[in-house]
Amino acid sequence: MAGQTLYDKLWQDHLVKTSDDGSALIYIDRHLIHEVTSPQAFEGLRLAGRRPWRKDSLVATPDHNVPSESTERAAGVSGIRDDISRIQVQTLDENCRDFDVVQFGINEPGQGIVHVIGPETGATLPGMTVVCGDSHTSTHGALGALAHGIGTSEVEHVMATQCLTQKKMKNMLVRVDGELRPGVTAKDVVLAIIGKIGTAGGTGYAIEFGGEVIRNMSMEGRMTVCNMAIEGGARAGMVSVDQITLDYVKGKPYAPKGGQWDRAVEAWSHLHSDDDAEFDAVVELRGEDIEPQVSWGTSPEMVASISAKVPDPSAESDATKRTGMERALDYMGLEAGQKISDIRLDRVFIGSCTNSRIEDLRAAAEVVQGRYKADSVKQVLVVPGSQAVKAQAEQEGLHAIFEQAGFEWREPSCSMCLAMNADKLGAGEHCASTSNRNFEGRQGYGGRTHLVSPSMAAAAAIAGHFVDVREMATVRAEEEMA
Amino acid sequence: MKAFTQHEGLVVPMDRANVDTDLIIPKQFLKSIKRTGFGPNLFDELRYLDEGFPGQDCSNRPVNPDFPLNFPRYQGGSVLLARENFGCGSSREHAPWALDDHGFRAVIAPSFADIFFNNCFKNGLLPIVLPEEVVHQLFEETHGQEGYSLTIDLEQQHVRKPCGEVIPFEVDAFHKHCLLNGLDHIGLTLEHSEDIRAYEEVRREKAPWLFDAVQ
Repeated sequence: MAGQTLYDKLWQDHLVKTSDDGSALIYIDRHLIHEVTSPQAFEGLRLAGRRPWRKDSLVATPDHNVPSESTERAAGVSGIRDDISRIQVQTLDENCRDFDVVQFGINEPGQGIVHVIGPETGATLPGMTVVCGDSHTSTHGALGALAHGIGTSEVEHVMATQCLTQKKMKNMLVRVDGELRPGVTAKDVVLAIIGKIGTAGGTGYAIEFGGEVIRNMSMEGRMTVCNMAIEGGARAGMVSVDQITLDYVKGKPYAPKGGQWDRAVEAWSHLHSDDDAEFDAVVELRGEDIEPQVSWGTSPEMVASISAKVPDPSAESDATKRTGMERALDYMGLEAGQKISDIRLDRVFIGSCTNSRIEDLRAAAEVVQGRYKADSVKQVLVVPGSQAVKAQAEQEGLHAIFEQAGFEWREPSCSMCLAMNADKLGAGEHCASTSNRNFEGRQGYGGRTHLVSPSMAAAAAIAGHFVDVREMATVRAEEEMA
Repeated sequence: MKAFTQHEGLVVPMDRANVDTDLIIPKQFLKSIKRTGFGPNLFDELRYLDEGFPGQDCSNRPVNPDFPLNFPRYQGGSVLLARENFGCGSSREHAPWALDDHGFRAVIAPSFADIFFNNCFKNGLLPIVLPEEVVHQLFEETHGQEGYSLTIDLEQQHVRKPCGEVIPFEVDAFHKHCLLNGLDHIGLTLEHSEDIRAYEEVRREKAPWLFDAVQ
């Protein structure tokens, strides 16, 4: 019999029961809650007179609607100016109180984007099943966990039963071998993967990311990659547990300690695919082939290398794809054949559950240090992913580097990734964004999103248009020589 | 949950691939703490010529005359015909809530995004996967014939065209059973409470750190 994949093992470890119709009951270890997708679930529990099955599996925090602007934020929940945003955050407060659920409140030290605070506190751990009413829950798969987004009915279902009824997904291995060239980051890797497989390429699969490039990646980088598994159509993305994982998890506030730690490490030692495991699909990329990526369209698969040009729809043979490309170019206000580096930016956003961790902010700061944003760029937002990231960045002086460059240093929130708080694009504005989706209207009505890595976003903020971050590094070296 | 057995309805074409959940229901409407009332904002950015805000009266907004949902011939439609990868993007259940609230009972497409597909079944909305060439043909017929309707029979697992032609479709046995009977998923799972408790006991023994409380 062939060996098991990491996904097979995680599935097996959480299987409560299999039914005759092929559906399975899967046990959920950790359930993360935020204000947008939970109110109707709590209401459902209330109406049915149910209580959470295991309330200690629940961890809540507000992130989507909370203001990033310091003054508004300092006033707490009652100070949120947008009435319906405030009601939603208040409702989370009330629900957590009524159901006795642990919440990291709006200005508490543990607050942050759910997918940032889970790993950084040890609330999410290797070997867990993790769910949240948010599609970017796939992020936690970087720890060697089975993590995916669910809808609100399933949020209620997990709260009430600690389980989900599921069908097993297929296994896909995305292997990135070789080595990344300098200036190429985890974000470029995952954008290149989505560019290759397409936004529906992973539909029906759980994706395991492997190969030398992934093995050599930091945990922050792996989280960026797994975060965007859903943009490739896969609900879950994951990476095997190795020494890098263990070094990251050890000492986290809610990670096991002492003798428990040793037991946990032992239990996690099987969290990798067996050498003879069989995958239903295998996709291979070479690290050396990946250049810094920029999305030019309205779907994350519409990406190009920084050195490339905006593609020409007339060269596309598939009619549906061609129409999609034409519509995207029209919405984005771009011409086929235009150089990617000629795209000018109105705003820049560095943040989101994809790229708001300390390593992301360090990478951006390295590009920015001693420079100033282009006059033509109206606004550059830097939004740390959590209170802990913010504190760490301030300790390292990163906030000062950003502020000296004319960037705005904000409070932890989802912010302009989806524009549910006050941070939005105006119609027609182009934004270099480290977020995960470039859908029409995503960052504001009529807004035009270009997905990039934090260092590429920082470089674009300085130049006023896209620029190969590797050239910025060369300029820096020359400046230092002089 | 609302049961789905048989449904005959007018077909509305959504001739565009990769329709994402931000298009189905834009983020500003996710601020609601209710499950209902999303219908007027379904496909908001395509349907209206201005920017929509939660709580606003949509009846006075300028509508996009080129968007099929606004065509007089598609008023009252309840079967949405769509292209590949429908519902990609976020996990927001507000997407099926908006479709349901507008009056759709079924969506037919060559493929769906996983989370959206799953969310539909929780809301009495039937997503039907048909081969691309069949969907293409349905688009042709919908465009070509005013009042084009389909009859969907979940028990028989088929779609019947006005000409009488029957197109079979696949549906997961569990989802079918729940939809046909309008079953409460939570109630069904709670019937397995003892199994869940037994699993927990074993798990707690093997991996006690998973049961430590946060904070």
